[in-house]
Amino acid sequence: MTTNVTSTGNNARTRPNPGLPVIGRLVAPALLVVTVLFGGGLLLGFLQGLGYLPAAGMKVFTLQHFANVLADPDFFRSLGLTLYISVTSTAAAALISIFMALVLTSLAQRHRVVHFIFQIPLTVPHLVIAVAVVFMFAPTGLFSRAALKLGLINSSASFPLLTNDSWGIGIVCTYVWKEVPFITLMILSVLRRTGVELLEVGKTLKAGRRQRFFYITLPTIFPSLGAACLIVFAYTFGAFEVPFLLGQTYPMTLPVWAYKNYSDVDLLARPEGIAIGLIIAAVVTTAVVASQLLTKAARRRGLVL
Amino acid sequence: MAAAGVGIAVLLPFVSLVMWSLSSRWFYPQLWPRQWGLRAWQYVFSTAGPQILAALGQSVLVAATTAAISVAIGIPAGRALGLYDFRGKDLVSVVLILPVIVPPLCVTMGLHLWFIIMGLAGSFFGVVLVHLTFCLPYAVFVMWGIFSNYNPSYEEQARSLGASAWKVLVRVILPLTFPGIMVAGLFSFLLSWSQYLSTLIIGGGKVTTLPILLFALMGSGDRPVAAAVSIVFVAPALLALLFSARYLGGKGIAGIR
Repeated sequence: MTTNVTSTGNNARTRPNPGLPVIGRLVAPALLVVTVLFGGGLLLGFLQGLGYLPAAGMKVFTLQHFANVLADPDFFRSLGLTLYISVTSTAAAALISIFMALVLTSLAQRHRVVHFIFQIPLTVPHLVIAVAVVFMFAPTGLFSRAALKLGLINSSASFPLLTNDSWGIGIVCTYVWKEVPFITLMILSVLRRTGVELLEVGKTLKAGRRQRFFYITLPTIFPSLGAACLIVFAYTFGAFEVPFLLGQTYPMTLPVWAYKNYSDVDLLARPEGIAIGLIIAAVVTTAVVASQLLTKAARRRGLVL
Repeated sequence: MAAAGVGIAVLLPFVSLVMWSLSSRWFYPQLWPRQWGLRAWQYVFSTAGPQILAALGQSVLVAATTAAISVAIGIPAGRALGLYDFRGKDLVSVVLILPVIVPPLCVTMGLHLWFIIMGLAGSFFGVVLVHLTFCLPYAVFVMWGIFSNYNPSYEEQARSLGASAWKVLVRVILPLTFPGIMVAGLFSFLLSWSQYLSTLIIGGGKVTTLPILLFALMGSGDRPVAAAVSIVFVAPALLALLFSARYLGGKGIAGIR
């Protein structure tokens, strides 16, 4: 018997299929949990969003709740705010991450401590960092005190509003702090895998730094970068804690608005909360599908690897 | 330069939390607390100790249970996806990744009614089930990665030497995939640990985990106490990071969100 001690990483392509019963037994528990809990939750959400709530005496299917939400002038303000926050956070985090990935590859192994510190935000719950942002950014927070000490402002009232503000600055900063290490590490794993050969080829062909970045590095990291950005966009678009703690009271982001309706004492507001939740899910799903199709098209035209 | 920037940007939030938790008199616009003290920590561990320690215990119990179930279900699924090609594999992987992409909000709201009817709302197990929905995919995908670099011929060798199926599992499969199992467990634990909204909706105020308590404290406006509870809340995450750096070569944690 020959033993292949070195792992190939291509198990799925080289190993014979043991048959559907074996595969079925292995994946069944996971599929069961996801279809029953996730699929079931989504389905029941749909039914309630369509106004089917037998426990509250509502037994007729109607699109009224979706119509109510879409006709509400606040809806588009909320949608705009939510999109603004998630797109800004994702874009800012992506730009910083590209820069950080290039810096960290050049630092190499010398700075183990930097690599370690850089990973800290990965494990920190969003809520903790949002609390710290309140302590730092609030009108009576650390930054305001520092600005006063430095003579930049003369009272807490002249410190710019950075939490519960209309630009969502505190929210965006929280997301950037939290997501930069995630995106950077996704990029770094590609950069480490591909090595420097291509860049050296580029160098011998007299490509400048700019050219090497735009024609070699960027196309190489694009698939990972795109996937990471998509995950960050999906998360920030549907997340509740951070805008709830750091956002203004009006307009609210969609998830906060959804929960407010859902937890309303008036049971009739509940289907509208669920309808907003479903609209959030629809926006995120559309974004994911569209970007997958775009990536496929770009790959066919040879724009990305 | 870059190293210092990273250090300051990452550590400043923690510095401010620690300073606030140790201050007893710190009024605007003082940049430095006028008086340091342990009032907040005394409050956390003695005055409100039973309540906060109960929430800590509840959080640990929920997250550990969720992680254990995620890993137990994630190992076989990851094995099938990593070792074999089969019909419908694309569909299976799309179904399993959906809970990662679709925001948990509407699913949790949908499940709520069902859980109320089944008596799971407001129960420990109900909260574990809703966390499991979002944690399991991470465990599956970690184990998928592990098993696509795994060599099952060791199992054949063990079997040819007369090992039972149980023995193969305990003496071959689990030791060989141990680092992956630890990472999958850590992912699930931390993800469950930081859940707020799903716990709030399904737990309905009856399952009080640390984030639920922390939100209530932020509403009360006692900054030193909120800072101290935040530190308690973040401690396991930092311990997990140290652990992974020590035992998994630091690479293990990449990809946690």
